[in-house]
Amino acid sequence: MNKEELKIKLAATFTTAAFDESGQWLNMTVPAADWLQVAQLLRNFGDFPFDYLFCLTCIDWKTKLTMVYHLSAISTRDTVVVKVDLDRNNPEIESVAQIWKTANFHEREVCELFGVNFLNHPDLRLLILPDGWEGRNPMRKDFEDPVNMIKL
Amino acid sequence: MYRQSEILDRSGHDGYMVINVGPQHPATHGVLHFVITLNGETIIKLEPHIGYIHRSIEKMCESLNYRQFVYTTSRMDYLSSHINNHACCLAVEKGLELEIPPRAQIIRILMDELTRLASHQLWWGSMAMDIGALTPFFHAFREREMITDIFEDTCGTRLTMNYMVPGGVMADLHPDFQQKVKVFLKQFQEKLPEYDELVTGNIIFQNRTKGVGILSKEDAISYGVSGPTARASGVSCDVRKLYPYGVYDKLDFKEITDTGCDTWARYIVRMEEMRQSIHIIEQLIDNIPDGDFQAKTKAVLKLPKGEYYSRVETARGELGVYIVSEGGTTPYRIKFRSPGFSNLSAMETMVKGGKIGDFVAVMGSVDLVIPDIDR
Repeated sequence: MNKEELKIKLAATFTTAAFDESGQWLNMTVPAADWLQVAQLLRNFGDFPFDYLFCLTCIDWKTKLTMVYHLSAISTRDTVVVKVDLDRNNPEIESVAQIWKTANFHEREVCELFGVNFLNHPDLRLLILPDGWEGRNPMRKDFEDPVNMIKL
Repeated sequence: MYRQSEILDRSGHDGYMVINVGPQHPATHGVLHFVITLNGETIIKLEPHIGYIHRSIEKMCESLNYRQFVYTTSRMDYLSSHINNHACCLAVEKGLELEIPPRAQIIRILMDELTRLASHQLWWGSMAMDIGALTPFFHAFREREMITDIFEDTCGTRLTMNYMVPGGVMADLHPDFQQKVKVFLKQFQEKLPEYDELVTGNIIFQNRTKGVGILSKEDAISYGVSGPTARASGVSCDVRKLYPYGVYDKLDFKEITDTGCDTWARYIVRMEEMRQSIHIIEQLIDNIPDGDFQAKTKAVLKLPKGEYYSRVETARGELGVYIVSEGGTTPYRIKFRSPGFSNLSAMETMVKGGKIGDFVAVMGSVDLVIPDIDR
């Protein structure tokens, strides 16, 4: 299925979403409040459930944070990229660890590196960073560590 | 690095025993720490603690330009360094819309498949060693040594190759390359039945692996597992077949899947993959076209504003490189979707309810490389 056909199918279900076809895959931006519902619908989407979450990450745009979910359907190989913009000062989003189990680890990683708070996550402890790093998010663009970081 | 853990606090109250495997343990093949809760010999809970060798490569890459950042990826999955470099080059080339000379294309695939063989050989030796057979390790390294010698001739290094660059490969092949690869192929094909005799047909090995570490197809998909680990659970996920890059679409090879879902199936899938890799190399080794080994590129590479995602099949699974560019000479954000990270998260499902003795066999079959998990 090409991007255009996929967009028509998805747009019928997700009325609040904004679509962008310029990239490699179809991009879909949804409001943070709708994300959990959108995720559940995508996971059980008709003939081609998006069951494979192959990349979950976050981008710091200095004014906002953007969560990026790369989803793929194993049955038809259709891929959609879902983006959710978050408030940089108080980033909160519903966890999808119950829907795609891989999100458990990936969300823990994003939580400590970007400081995104995942609501209803089963186990949001530090994964990579040592204890005592709570509140310092090294992947944020304004993170400074004069001792260990070398500016190039 | 001691991490507060719920299960550590609970120990002693309900008769469960908590043991630590790692951070320094021969079975973890690196600095990986498992906190395992046991009821007798049965695993109740397994909690991986990672990050001991996290170098924050993603953050580092944000200040490196598009030629430099490729080299950091050799240090991620050091057993698949050629393939990691390939993924990065593909992403950059996608952004620059570069056409790669045919000679470079073929060289890249040859190097990728040799890397896969070397990686699977090391896995084979170390998995057998984990289970208690020491001899296979030396057999595997005998052949692996030949591959690293071939790499050393052409790339100058034996582990972190840094051979692929955006636009092609860094240098032309060593004059002895073809001849040495043929000698290696001949020897490896002779020895492969010996591998089977030594380990595959070994009844002790079969008893240790069959029906152990079950990962169902649904779980494999849900956990985002990829590579031989997922294919052994019946998930068709070979990037070389599904999203062909390079010249893989013109080659004859099979995607190996198995529906066994257990440690034995993962073992069989990897053994068959070695044969497929040999088959791919055989098709290409006499057909390396003449010509340039590198496309002409500008000295300073600038990716147009946008997002680029490339993926390749490493020896462990699907490696994704996600570049967000703002139009400058360095990536604004880069994310490496490493196969090991997702595969590790499925470990608990595989070993839960099993015996502690089987844990090591399952670990071996998942083939984790720790720098790939930590990045």
